[in-house]
Amino acid sequence: MNSYTDAAVHHVHRDDAGAKMGMWLFLFTEVLLFGGMFLVYAVYRYQHPDQFRLAAMELNTGIGTLNTIILLTSSLTMALSIASLQKGNRFLSMTMLSVTLLFALMFMVNKYFEWSAKFSHGIYPGSPELVNKPNGEILFFGLYYVMTGLHALHVLVGMIILTFMFVFIKRNKVTSENYVKLDNSGLYWHLVDLIWIFLFPLFYLIQ
Amino acid sequence: MADTVAGLPVQHAEKSFYQQSTNKYSGILSWLLTTDHKRIGIMYLAAIGFFFFVGAVIGLLMRLELIAPGRQIMDAQTYNSFFTLHGVIMIFLFIIPGLPAIFGNFFLPIQIGARDVAFPRLNLLSWYIYMIGAALVLVSLFLPGGPIDTGWTFYIPYSVRSTTNVSMAIFAAFVLGFSSILTGINFVTTTHRLRAPGMSFFKMPLFVWATYATAWIQIIATPVIGITILLVIIERLFGVGIFDPALGGDPILFQHMFWIYSHPAVYIMILPAMGVVSEIIPTFARRTIFGYKAIAMSSLAIAFVGYLVWAHHMFTSGMSDTARWIFSLLTFIVALPSGVKIFNWVATMYKGSIDPQPPFLWVMNFIFLFSIGGLTGLVLGSLATNIHLHDTYFVVAHFHYVMFGGTGTIFFAAMHYWFPKMFGKMYNIKLARIAVLLFFVGFNLLYFPKFIMGYMGMPRRYYDYLPQFEALQEISTVGSWIVVGTLFFILGYLIHALLKGKKATSNPWGGVTLEWHIASPPSMENFAEIPTVTREPYDFSQLKEMKNE
Repeated sequence: MNSYTDAAVHHVHRDDAGAKMGMWLFLFTEVLLFGGMFLVYAVYRYQHPDQFRLAAMELNTGIGTLNTIILLTSSLTMALSIASLQKGNRFLSMTMLSVTLLFALMFMVNKYFEWSAKFSHGIYPGSPELVNKPNGEILFFGLYYVMTGLHALHVLVGMIILTFMFVFIKRNKVTSENYVKLDNSGLYWHLVDLIWIFLFPLFYLIQ
Repeated sequence: MADTVAGLPVQHAEKSFYQQSTNKYSGILSWLLTTDHKRIGIMYLAAIGFFFFVGAVIGLLMRLELIAPGRQIMDAQTYNSFFTLHGVIMIFLFIIPGLPAIFGNFFLPIQIGARDVAFPRLNLLSWYIYMIGAALVLVSLFLPGGPIDTGWTFYIPYSVRSTTNVSMAIFAAFVLGFSSILTGINFVTTTHRLRAPGMSFFKMPLFVWATYATAWIQIIATPVIGITILLVIIERLFGVGIFDPALGGDPILFQHMFWIYSHPAVYIMILPAMGVVSEIIPTFARRTIFGYKAIAMSSLAIAFVGYLVWAHHMFTSGMSDTARWIFSLLTFIVALPSGVKIFNWVATMYKGSIDPQPPFLWVMNFIFLFSIGGLTGLVLGSLATNIHLHDTYFVVAHFHYVMFGGTGTIFFAAMHYWFPKMFGKMYNIKLARIAVLLFFVGFNLLYFPKFIMGYMGMPRRYYDYLPQFEALQEISTVGSWIVVGTLFFILGYLIHALLKGKKATSNPWGGVTLEWHIASPPSMENFAEIPTVTREPYDFSQLKEMKNE
């Protein structure tokens, strides 16, 4: 096949509204992914209400609240980063993005300490301590690890994306004229925040 | 023989998309790094076609094992792996991606007058993700532990207890689902953002409508199987207890979550096929489609109601009677929009000037087989008969009539309809007509006896059977030889056409949707100028001027 090159003929296609639409659809699939877990949570909470309450008392509400504040604030700095770039202030945008990343890191560090505390108490999937507890508590902690774990994974992915955005702004690939990538990353970051807003009361507050 | 697109002459001297690539490479890299939706469609065709033949050969071997009671060519564990692999390959690697990824990719942008999909690079990524998923399936066969043996439904608790490579095989399904989601997002955005001027929603060809509805199901349903599969893998790795009854988990909850995806997935499989039928019938009846809006809306209705019927797979699993009759009722309701389509297709043919070319014959084949499949679906949807027929060959026959007789047949119809457009070559019409007949005979020999065996009580997935089933099992096996033989026959004459076939004209069938206005094969950019659409999608009065110019 005599393939031949003429990239110039190919029209450069740019559609910011389309890109955002695609992102919203993707976020929709994320909501449904977590929706499946919320369904599982609802079913088992309905089956074992007392044991769920008992198990929830073992979680550290303080650290959960701290993480909620951290994540909510990071959503603010994310939004500020986008707004600054739109107004043409690259430096402020990059600073705000760095602050967002810092908050994300703080969230993960807290999570690490929270999980390792649980581990040191012998509460982790399959541990002898946990297996001897009633079924409802096993399920609660199983869900706790899976749901907050999957959420933490999303935070991690978000951090990678934000790092890329930082580099893109630095290299002028994302600019005040063409910022849909940053906008979409912001949407993703807000989703990560939003899911936490639901996880927090379900695990830490309903005691 | 210059065509026009809305009055603008098309340059026939233009290079086809085979000769001009979207990147700076030539040879194989110009394909592997392409963002051209047509090339990606062809790449999907190669990969999906390959796995279809793999799945078919596995099916053939299973039928060979069942030709007589007792052991014939394989042991029971191999048979367990074979029926699982046959299901996994045919469902996740062939029939779910099949029509949307190949023909949707190739023709959806062209039919709405676009140069490409909304996210061309994401489109290529979807192909790679598909290939990674396929590779994972293959690798899982050869790792220690052996191929997965749970059946394609991965039911708990066996899928947690089985020592075979369940985790890797179902992770492959997760990866393939991701590819499916990205394709869905791409198609929905493309349909919303890239329609040519004048191409309103109700001027879109019905294949676009069907692919659009399918894309929505892909977006809405696939994440649910994603999380379900992840939970099974986590269960196997860490024993968290979410699905393990020993730790308080609920296996029936798994079944619900599995079918919340896997029933809508049935409509991911069939809706694009219905879209293809709505393209082929007007073209070969030379009449505008009857009930355009009804067909378009029934696609959305199927997508919506199809989401609410999942528990009819679980009538014997242990649910309340209220839940069972509600799901039974909903199952009957979802048959209505399919009926709307069938009646509109038949009404389109009424007083049409029918030209029985191979694609049209495949569609006739479809209507016959799919009607049998659909009506036996109602038998299974009724609570009382379901108890008798659940998990028997009747179910196997039903879904092969719907899936293979339905979507599979339309896969061939689409292949024969668009082959000249995709490759610029024409195949041997006479051989193609013979193939339809052979397929029809072989298919009914293969699957119809299964209705009878199921009714007599033959359970599905059994390695061995009682002597009274022997005659019917033999007929079925003979049918499988004819079907697989026909598949290779089709492959043979299509490859021959590809290499030595006559050059196809730009509009061999007399179609009027936008793909027939451009060259065969199309140029890289599809349209020299984006067309302005003024006509209804199936307005055959333009055919005369298309020919004259």
